[in-house]
Amino acid sequence: MRSKYEIFKIGIKDVAPHLLSVFPFGIIFGAIGIELGFSPLFTYATSLIIFGGASQIVFLQLLSGGASSLIAITSVGVINSRHFLYGAVLSEYLQKLSLIKKLLISYFIVDQGFAVSNQYFKKNPTEEFNHYHLIGSGIILWFIWQVSTIMGIYLGSIVPEELGLKFAIPLTFIAIIVNELRKFDHVLVMLVSGLAATFFYNAPFKTYIIISPLIGLFAAMVINKLKK
Amino acid sequence: MTWTSIFIAGILTYFTRMSMVTLIRKEMISDNLRKILNYVPSVVFPSIIFPGVLLDDFGAFVTISDPKIFGALTALVIGFFTRNVILTIVSGLSSYWIVIFVF
Repeated sequence: MRSKYEIFKIGIKDVAPHLLSVFPFGIIFGAIGIELGFSPLFTYATSLIIFGGASQIVFLQLLSGGASSLIAITSVGVINSRHFLYGAVLSEYLQKLSLIKKLLISYFIVDQGFAVSNQYFKKNPTEEFNHYHLIGSGIILWFIWQVSTIMGIYLGSIVPEELGLKFAIPLTFIAIIVNELRKFDHVLVMLVSGLAATFFYNAPFKTYIIISPLIGLFAAMVINKLKK
Repeated sequence: MTWTSIFIAGILTYFTRMSMVTLIRKEMISDNLRKILNYVPSVVFPSIIFPGVLLDDFGAFVTISDPKIFGALTALVIGFFTRNVILTIVSGLSSYWIVIFVF
């Protein structure tokens, strides 16, 4: 049985490679906020209060483009609705915790942390303190996101735009799912959701981000029925 | 007004994070549902990857010779065979840069 601190460190170690793309993305985000004409405090506040990379960019872009607050807020809600799915998956492993601990840990549920901690939970379902993995991965992602946002705000575009570092985000997600390519049913489900997302990309309020995973889950259901 | 909207957006986002964790109990998840939930990473991440690679900033298809396509394919192949996250990201980025800056 591993100790809390050991599992916490494994969480940090497992998510560390993904900081390679989170860090430049945070700098890019901070610089974008200032470029769009928002104050440093306002730009930073989105990282602390919303804490969801892509949704923060969309939020500031919509506001600066003259969209109403309602539209900006709705878009943030839609983009971040994928956390419902993460929460549903993680709930099983966090069930034994007290409500207050669940509420605290929930703040740190983000894409990369969810992905690596979920993999750890699946491999070690009986560890008593396995939620410390999610705390470790979540806190380091949170910390790097805050620091890199502030760097982007004050140092501006030290990351030259020609480098196209936004592309690091799809790459970090490719690294997350590439192992699932060994399973044929997962490959099918990935193709269905990925193509659906491309097809629905221009749907209002960025709804493609939740429509396509749901279409993918439906495909998974059908595949599982057919397998029986 | 805009400050209020940050807080509302933040509360809404926090709600998406905490609701399922606090509401769902193990008994509510059937074996079938658990099987389907297994696919969550495989449906969410491709929904971000595909448009991120195949479409440009304006939502139009990129050409087949776009550096993003070359970078993504390289990352896929390297990631599949090495199972190493750093190598996947670094190989994807460097092959992307090679296409942009060398050719």
